[in-house]
Amino acid sequence: MATINEIQDQIVEDFGLFDEWDEKYAYIIDLGKKLPGIDAKYKVEENIIKGCQSLVWMTSNYKDGKVYFEGESDAIIVKGLVALLLKVLSGQPAEDIAKSDMYFINKIGMEQHLSMTRSNGLASMVKQMKMHAIAYQSKTV
Amino acid sequence: MITINTDLLTADGTLNIERIREDFPILHQEVNGKPLVYFDNAATTQKPIQVVEALTAYYLNDNANIHRGIHSLAERATAAYEATRDSVKTFINAKEREEVIFTRGTTEGINLVASTWGLANLKAGDEIVVSAMEHHSNMVPWHMLAQRTKAVVKILPMNDAGELLTEAFDTIITAKTKILACVHVSNALGTINPIKELIAKAHAVGAVALIDGAQAVSHLDIDVQDLDADFYAFSAHKLYGPTGVGVLYGKRAILEAMPPYQGGGEMISEVTYESCTFNELPYKFEAGTPNIADVVALKAAIEYVHSIGKAAIRTYEHELLDYAVSKLKDIEGIRLIGTAKDKVSVQSFVFSDIHHQDLAIILDKEGVAIRTGHHCTQPLMGRLGVTGTSRASFAFYNTKEEIDQFIAAIYKAIKLFR
Repeated sequence: MATINEIQDQIVEDFGLFDEWDEKYAYIIDLGKKLPGIDAKYKVEENIIKGCQSLVWMTSNYKDGKVYFEGESDAIIVKGLVALLLKVLSGQPAEDIAKSDMYFINKIGMEQHLSMTRSNGLASMVKQMKMHAIAYQSKTV
Repeated sequence: MITINTDLLTADGTLNIERIREDFPILHQEVNGKPLVYFDNAATTQKPIQVVEALTAYYLNDNANIHRGIHSLAERATAAYEATRDSVKTFINAKEREEVIFTRGTTEGINLVASTWGLANLKAGDEIVVSAMEHHSNMVPWHMLAQRTKAVVKILPMNDAGELLTEAFDTIITAKTKILACVHVSNALGTINPIKELIAKAHAVGAVALIDGAQAVSHLDIDVQDLDADFYAFSAHKLYGPTGVGVLYGKRAILEAMPPYQGGGEMISEVTYESCTFNELPYKFEAGTPNIADVVALKAAIEYVHSIGKAAIRTYEHELLDYAVSKLKDIEGIRLIGTAKDKVSVQSFVFSDIHHQDLAIILDKEGVAIRTGHHCTQPLMGRLGVTGTSRASFAFYNTKEEIDQFIAAIYKAIKLFR
C-alpha cells in the first residue's frame, strides 16, 4: 500500500489536471456522491464533528496496527473532502496518521476549507482522525 | 464636522445608485475573480466613507475620555458623543435624550433589560412572551431569566408563511404576562411583525413590551412614542454604522425604577467604602469608558441614511426584493422561506437536494456573499422543518445586475450538484 505522502502526491498530481475551480469542485462533488454513507447506527452524537452549517460523522476501526475510517456528511462538498481524507489516511498505520502532515489540502487549493468559520472545517476533521489514531496507539502500548 | 452628500437622490426622488455606491469603496472589489455581490446585509451592512471618516477624524483630532476631563479635547469628545445621543433621539423619536442608552449592541440591550428589569420584576409563575421567530438574542436572555426566577416562556405562534397568528395573541398574552419581547423584523424571514398591536395587547394586561429592532432600523421608520414601546433595542452595524455600538431605548419612568446593570465608573454619583449612590439617566446604565469613537461615528451613519430617506430606501429595496423573488421562484426545486405579505428586503430559500453550505461555497466562488445556516434562530428552523436556509438580504446600494449575477451563480451551482 502506498504511504500517506505518496497518496497525497498522487492527489496533487490529479488536481493539477484541472484548469478551473469548477472542475475541481465537480470532481470533489463526484467523490462525495460516490462515497458510501456510513451505517445509520454509527450516526450518533459521539461520532459527530459538529459545525454550524453541516454535520460530519466519523468512525474508525483498528486492525493489525492500522486505522480504517468511515465518514459521511449531509453536505456534498464536505462529503467529497471527507472522501479525500479517507483516501489519504484510511488503512494507514496509526503512528503514521498521528504524525502526518496534510499538505495536499493547500496544494490542491482547498485551504479555505481548513478553517471555515464555526463550521466543521477540514482542520477539525484531520484533528479528529489523528485523535482516533493516537487513542489506538495508546491502547496498544 | 461631518459632510453629508446632497446628491444621493436624483431629481425625481429615486436613489442615485451609482453615486451612492461611490460612498462604499468596499463594494468595488473582486472576489475569486468576480465582482463582489454583497447580499449579507442582514448580518451586517457596509459602511459609507462618511462613517469611516467620522471614526478616523475622532481619533485623529478629538480623542479623549468623556464627561470628566476639564480640557478642550475632553469637551470636544464629550460633545461629539452626546451629539449622537441627540441624533438617535430624533431618529427613533424618543421623548427625551436620557431615554437613549448606548450599549454594545442589540444583544447587550436585551440582556440589560432581562438582568435588571427582569430580575426585579419577575417571580415564579410569571410569563414572558416571545414570538416563534426570535433570534437567539431575544430568546436566550429570557430562558436564562426564566431559569433564575421560575418564570415561564410562552411562544406566539406563526403560520407557514412566517406571519404571527394574530388570533392567538389573546390566548398567549394574558394577565400572567409580565413582559412581551418580540422582534420587529425577522432576520431569517424578513417578516414585519404587527408590533404596535402587540405592544397594545401587552399594555392591556399590564405587561411591558421590549422590541428587538435589529433588523428594522435600516428599513423602517421607527417612532418609539407612536409604537408606545417600553424598550426598543438595535445595533449600529446593521444601520451602516460601526460594530460594537448599540442603542437601548427605554421609557424614562421604567429606566428610573430599574436597578443598574453593571457597576463601575460613570454610573455612580457618590462612592464611599461602605456604599454608593447611582448616577442619573442615561449614565446609570453606561458603566465604564464607553465605545466613544464608534458612538461618534454612528451619528454619521444616521445622517447618511437620513440624507437618502427611509421611504426612498424602502421603495428601492422592495423593487430589488420583487425582482429577486420573481427570478428565484422559477428555479426548479426551490422552496421560498418567509413569504409574509409585509416584508423587508430579505429572502430565504432552501433546495431539497442541495445543502445550503454547498450552495454558499459555490456562490462565494462566483463572488456572491449570502448567509447560510440557522441564522441564530434554531427554534424557528425546527418550526419550518429545515436545518438551515440560504438567505439573500438586500441593501440600498445593491442592484438588479447583482441579482442577475446571484441568480446565474445559483444556476451554475445547480449544474454542479445535480
